[in-house]
Amino acid sequence: MGTLIPFWFIVVAFFWTGFFILEGFDFGVGMLHSLVGRDDAGRRAAINTIGPLWDGNEVWLIVAAAAMFAAFPGWYATMFSAFNLALVLLLVALIARGLSFEYRGKRDAPHWRRTWDVSLTAGSVLAPFLIGVALGDLLHGLQINSSQDYTGSFWGLLQPYGLYTGVTLVLICALHGATFLRLKTTGDMHERAGQLARRIAPFTCAAVIGFAIWTHVSTGRGTFFLNPIELLAILAAIAALWLVYESRSGFAFAATTVTIASCIVTIFVDLYPNVMVSTTNKAYNLTAHNTASGDYTLKVMTVVAIILLPVVLVYQAWTYYVFRRRISSEEFQPQAPSAAAAPSAGAPAASDAAQPSASGPV
Amino acid sequence: MAVDLARWQFAFVTINHFFFVPVTIGLAFLTALLQTAWHRSHKDEYLRLTRFFGTLLVINVAIGVVTGLVQEFQFGMNWSAYSRLVGNIFGAPLAMEGLAAFFLESTFLGLWLFGWDKLPRRVHLATIWAVSLGTVLSAAFIMAANSWMQHPVGYQMVNGKPQLNDVWALFTNPVFIWGYAKVLLASLVTGAAVMLAVSAWQLRRGVDKDVFIRSARLSLVVLLPAILFTMLVGDELGVIEARYQPMKIAAAEAQWTTCQPCSFSLFQIGGGNNDHTPTQIIEIPHLLSLLATNHWNGKVTGLTPLQNQYSQQYGPGNYVPNVFIQYWGMRVMAYLAVVVMLIALWGLWLIWRRKLATSRLFLWVAMWAVVLPFLMNTAGWLLTESGRQPWIVQGLMLTKNGISPTLSTTWIAISLGVFVLVYAVIATVDLLLMLKYSRKPLPPPRTGADEDRPVPAVQY
Repeated sequence: MGTLIPFWFIVVAFFWTGFFILEGFDFGVGMLHSLVGRDDAGRRAAINTIGPLWDGNEVWLIVAAAAMFAAFPGWYATMFSAFNLALVLLLVALIARGLSFEYRGKRDAPHWRRTWDVSLTAGSVLAPFLIGVALGDLLHGLQINSSQDYTGSFWGLLQPYGLYTGVTLVLICALHGATFLRLKTTGDMHERAGQLARRIAPFTCAAVIGFAIWTHVSTGRGTFFLNPIELLAILAAIAALWLVYESRSGFAFAATTVTIASCIVTIFVDLYPNVMVSTTNKAYNLTAHNTASGDYTLKVMTVVAIILLPVVLVYQAWTYYVFRRRISSEEFQPQAPSAAAAPSAGAPAASDAAQPSASGPV
Repeated sequence: MAVDLARWQFAFVTINHFFFVPVTIGLAFLTALLQTAWHRSHKDEYLRLTRFFGTLLVINVAIGVVTGLVQEFQFGMNWSAYSRLVGNIFGAPLAMEGLAAFFLESTFLGLWLFGWDKLPRRVHLATIWAVSLGTVLSAAFIMAANSWMQHPVGYQMVNGKPQLNDVWALFTNPVFIWGYAKVLLASLVTGAAVMLAVSAWQLRRGVDKDVFIRSARLSLVVLLPAILFTMLVGDELGVIEARYQPMKIAAAEAQWTTCQPCSFSLFQIGGGNNDHTPTQIIEIPHLLSLLATNHWNGKVTGLTPLQNQYSQQYGPGNYVPNVFIQYWGMRVMAYLAVVVMLIALWGLWLIWRRKLATSRLFLWVAMWAVVLPFLMNTAGWLLTESGRQPWIVQGLMLTKNGISPTLSTTWIAISLGVFVLVYAVIATVDLLLMLKYSRKPLPPPRTGADEDRPVPAVQY
């Protein structure tokens, strides 16, 4: 049943890619919410573009980790113990983000909201950066001994290629978030999201081109030409840049989606059949085969994934359909909550479109 | 040293995580019941209660999710040797949990919260039930994984490594079946106790009494059967654990010598690991035999003979868990359960006498009783997890061998320090917000023309 091992490698790569496509724009919105929203109403509007979605998106990370645990316990064990302190930082960043969403609106005090704004922004920058460093290190290699344990220090995790991958992912997430905000908002926020996207796009595009070339060179397979997926990353980044300047919101978002997806897929394609490279000795490389679970476990997990994954994709897609409406900062102006407090106020047949906003914070 | 710190870290983050989990499981179910009551009766009170308690639910889910991330990561971070050895068994239910439960719970919570005005009422009602189902499924998978550590089943040894060969065995494991039932019931107790405490506070304040009396009644009606069944199921779980983990039960009675029949002591003085003859006060004859074996004259093997047996079987070493934690963990759990049961009976008697809303003493007690389930849950998990020591997987792997081999003590100390700080902030913020939102007035009633309009959505 050797074929299940590459299949599960693809599944793990799929979860990581899905995570970055979805949570990528959540990270971007988190980074940019203070810039897109000039006042508290604007910031709240920005946060509410991902309000119903971010939690479900973050589960992709949990499932990516859990899929590694079940299918490649050796990979999960080495990677998570090697990145121990970096993962503590990542967890702190993700906790800060998650709590910011939930708690920011729960008190109407400027310093309270500013505090959560800062923690949301910091967490949203730090999280993709740290994951990027980790993914880059898988490919570049770490000091791993013959029993598959990391022997380096914390500073040994900070390799130039890993750091560059982290920066690239932060830039892609920022652009992805900007194109998402442009797509999901109206009015002045829509405009500002466009401006931000135009400012970020050149840096993102340059970073992605550098990333694809560096990745190609460092994997050392000796070929001159980029492989198709590396090429796709570059083309998508260029397309995103062009579409952002052409103000084609929908296509620009599609282009940033392809960019982020192809960058993550590039890492996994160039990694295979390794899953973690050892700089100590090539013979110590962790591979999909020497870290995988037994056949039986893989078979069970394959059945479970084939049954459940399509269902998950369907209801998550449905969620995006339900919350497809664009959001504007006007809906969050302070007078709105008072309208909700006295909903009987005249206008029995007030238009439905205006009403949903009149709810105030929970 | 590194092992001790890593164990402290695991215990610390897990106990904290499990403050929020049972509230989520319990309140999600109760909120779904309230919304169903509104859907059926069209009574505005139920809608207002749904929104009110739904807010408390959401505050807790946020923390459950982010602290859950820590849970998912730390097996690999600090316990990589364990993860490497048993990942092909233990990892499988965790991955299933993510696919079947976490996606369901988080996606549908978003739909429920933000979808009030966007989904048809029937569909919207289904979303809160999907959230509740997600929480219940999640508990199933994690309990299957944990039960495997207590009583490993469904595997064969291949080259010295356990390999899964029967996934159904994980879910028919008797430790799982009874442990899972117990966790669900304990969560219901916790959720009901929270709802009762909040309702009691509001009833004492005296605003919207006619509304909060409904949630008080609902919580009491749920609380009594939930606590009774928790005790019954807990008793059966004790018998099963006595069969597979005799050390756990012997330590829970500080029973160093084998006895038949065995009595149960209400209290004791002394009785740590170095004190083999504690002074036991008020012994109830035959009760331990009954609890541990379901037989009037059942035999309970003492810690000393078990220690000798394990030393022969697994090699020299200390196989006795911390007796103090076992003895008192069990008693705190059991005694507090009796207190909760009495409070529930008292409350139901007041309902019958139609005095619930006016008995200020009961309302005061009910308000403070909210801490009891949290103490019980923590004591119960200490009993379960500390009682497994020194094993990380009973009979298969020692805890000290499960730790990440190249992890330095400094790293673990730093991460422990960070988690203590972060969790202190989280707990404080959560407590303050829970108190603030528990004391808020209900959302205003909807009148006349409103009732035909969609209920406004929730926003951040």
